[in-house]
Amino acid sequence: MLNRYPLWKNLLIVGVFVLGIIYAMPNFYPPDYAIQIQNEQGSAAVQDRELTVALSALTESGIQIKSSSLVDGNALIRLSTADDQLKAQPLIQRALHDLNANFVIALNSAPTTPQWLREIGAEPMKYGLDLRGGVHFLMEVDTASAVEDRLEGMEQDIKRAFRSGSERVRYAGTSILEGRVLQFQFADEDVRSKARRQVEESYPQFVVTESDLPSSADGFALNLTMSDSAIREIEDFAVQQNLQTIRNRVNELGVAEPLVQRLGRQRIVVDLPGVQDTAEAKKILGKVATLEFRLEASPDASRASTLPHNYEGRAVRLERDLILRGERVFDAQVGFDPDSGLPQVNITLDSEGGELMHRSTRHNIGRRMAVVFIETKTRDRYEFQDGREVKISEPYVEERVISLATVQAALGVSFRITGLAGDEARELALLLRAGALAADMFIAEERTVGASLGQENIELGATSVLIGFSLVVLFMLAFYQWFGLAANLALIANLLLLVAVMSSLSATLTLPGIAGIVLTVGMAVDANVLIFSRIKEELRKGTAPQLAINAGFERAFVTILDANITTLLVAIILYSIGTGPVKGFAITLMIGILTSMFTAIMGTRSLINLAVGGRPIKRLAIGWSQS
Amino acid sequence: MRMVPFMKYRQVAAWSSVALLLGAVASLSIQSLNWGLDFTGGTLVEVSYPEATNPEQIRLNLDNAGWNGHVVQYFGSDRDILVRMPPQKTLSDKDNARLGDSLFAALSASADGQIDLRRSEFVGPAVGEELANQGGLGLLAALAMVLLYVSFRFQLKFAVGAVIALFHDVLFTLGIFSLLRWEFDLTVLAALLAVIGYSLNDTIVVSDRIRENFRQSRRGKSSDIIDESLNQTLGRTMITSLTTLLVLFALLILGGELIRGFAIALIIGVVVGTYSSIYVAANVLLRLNLSREDLIVPVKEGADLDGEP
Repeated sequence: MLNRYPLWKNLLIVGVFVLGIIYAMPNFYPPDYAIQIQNEQGSAAVQDRELTVALSALTESGIQIKSSSLVDGNALIRLSTADDQLKAQPLIQRALHDLNANFVIALNSAPTTPQWLREIGAEPMKYGLDLRGGVHFLMEVDTASAVEDRLEGMEQDIKRAFRSGSERVRYAGTSILEGRVLQFQFADEDVRSKARRQVEESYPQFVVTESDLPSSADGFALNLTMSDSAIREIEDFAVQQNLQTIRNRVNELGVAEPLVQRLGRQRIVVDLPGVQDTAEAKKILGKVATLEFRLEASPDASRASTLPHNYEGRAVRLERDLILRGERVFDAQVGFDPDSGLPQVNITLDSEGGELMHRSTRHNIGRRMAVVFIETKTRDRYEFQDGREVKISEPYVEERVISLATVQAALGVSFRITGLAGDEARELALLLRAGALAADMFIAEERTVGASLGQENIELGATSVLIGFSLVVLFMLAFYQWFGLAANLALIANLLLLVAVMSSLSATLTLPGIAGIVLTVGMAVDANVLIFSRIKEELRKGTAPQLAINAGFERAFVTILDANITTLLVAIILYSIGTGPVKGFAITLMIGILTSMFTAIMGTRSLINLAVGGRPIKRLAIGWSQS
Repeated sequence: MRMVPFMKYRQVAAWSSVALLLGAVASLSIQSLNWGLDFTGGTLVEVSYPEATNPEQIRLNLDNAGWNGHVVQYFGSDRDILVRMPPQKTLSDKDNARLGDSLFAALSASADGQIDLRRSEFVGPAVGEELANQGGLGLLAALAMVLLYVSFRFQLKFAVGAVIALFHDVLFTLGIFSLLRWEFDLTVLAALLAVIGYSLNDTIVVSDRIRENFRQSRRGKSSDIIDESLNQTLGRTMITSLTTLLVLFALLILGGELIRGFAIALIIGVVVGTYSSIYVAANVLLRLNLSREDLIVPVKEGADLDGEP
């Protein structure tokens, strides 16, 4: 018999290989050192004029500019060396300082992937923080105390409802029990059932049960347990709010590609590539915004009792007397007006907030109420000291009116702002949440990698891959000669495919990931070794060469499959339990197993078929032990 | 080709395995593992000095600046210094998270600002505990998956053999890490799972051959069939272990300080994994009286009945 692959199989292998080359290619273009300019207000675009100012500042100082562009409202300036990049940042900061806007000037590395590659979605692999340097934070939101706070708020709320509702309920006492249970005690059963009706009607977030306390005079108790979904909602809100705060803050740090992401129920991951000053980063991330609710001043109000503000480009004057602050806001969600179907923002206050709101609005129906968003930011100032210009960073408070709406009725604990477009409603809810009472957040984990260590890790990783790879290639060549060559070609293809798959999945390469690649190289030849030993064995039994080749591949296949599937299962477990770097290792291992099965079985077979499969041969030598 | 009578020595091998594992358990229960920061929580700062420096001096400087509980050591070279602090119970979570910054500031002050921050890590106590739990859970899940897959693809006896072999490898590697007080961190845990993957690979290849030979040969003692299978796969086992060890040594020597533990764990694992697929997995098969009947391809019971009128 002869060993030939049908044409389609050969074409498939060539096709996959070519695709592999194309998608691995972006990794061979070294990225440019670049500076990215963004407007601090994410929505505003950087203009031509600003880019020109920045560029001329660089040229004046003799910094070589490779190219510059405006894309998606951001300016990108490419430079030739890391040194230039470091020098350029403060220069641009200084030059743009005189323009009337705040800019974020971030160090970046811009890919130099050619246009045609980018058009087919080929991008270089992303490097993890352990390779680029930067800070990784894992923030934990204290959701437990957020839930407790809310429970206390509800207690006050229900008490008030009992006292002032249309049907008065006389309760004897309340307490908060273990496990987030709110207990009300009553003197007799009738009052209790009246209370139960009221609670069930107005507070669907509670599961109500009755219990009797024989030892007490007021022995009829009602237990209100917060439902799981209500607790989830409070937790979600607390996490979302902190997420928003961090996103608002991260811009200020001047990071090119930050990652802010919720992880699990109560954690937030913040990855800030390139940031080295962790103390500064923590300070900025920790800052919170707040809100103020104020009535618009009446036209005849004295100047001394009002505050000047702007809303949508027009001047408004607000009353100096405050209705309430953001810490009284529990929740703000986008909803829809049941009558008109238009978007609205539903706001929930705590009970004291509700009272304050009620007191201020009941006599002011028809007037407008403003929500002011207040943030502390830092601003740079340049000053001459001892004949030298120095940069001084100073904090300042930014206040802006985010909503100005007419009060339609006396407002209470929950009210809504209507008449908004969809985007406006979402934006307003986000800002309201950012300024609402913040659930505490603390750092559960922090990892900082210096830029020099990152660079060193890349070099060490690349050397180990290269040397490990060469050792295996030399060994295979020495041990199996021609068949070893086929296995080596398959190994090269495997490495290429691994890089290609990782790039096109935008998987992140980490140091343990590189270790995974090295390990894959060592283990990938296993399939070939299995096949070759089988062929040798067949030859020893006296099987004709072509039959032996065929039998070797066939028999080894099941073994290879079983062995690889089990390893794949382990890699999947590793991926699902691992965090950060360990995940990186698991990903390379998984992809490596899959690509190596393809190259070692199909790739090698195709090469061997082409080399010896097409003609009758009498003797076949695999390595040194001959048949 | 000469056959190596592996199974002749199986008693000796079994007893030495048992002895080694008892040693590992003893070491683990007496001095546990040298848990890394990932699992204990705490703070770590790695800095590099412009020239060779003395950890003793740095320790003194920190003492004088009012720090205590710190461990100062070289990391990779005599210019790189690693300082560790256990979690401070007297401080709040917030202040614990700031420890790294003030530690670096203190180091920097005593070196006139001439040092570079290479790495700084803080792991909160809750996270450390979680990572340890997840890690343990991962190991168990991996073993359970193997048990299921192998008993589905092969037979329960093979699965028992494979799992005992994996357990053997993991315990042995842990024992060495415990005995020599090497640091056990997340990357070592990842390596341990990779050891499971590798050793399993080996065991499956051997088991596959044993199954095939049992089905083909009509007579012969079980131990002879197993010996024959082991000899047939011996060449492959050696070569694959060799190529894997080649790359692992490249990683150990060239990969830098951060993946040293990873490389060492895998090297130990590969060596002991190769041994265990011969002397643990195969040995267990013999002990469980693996017979030809276990491996007969089962005839579907319903098949015959359907044909009857």
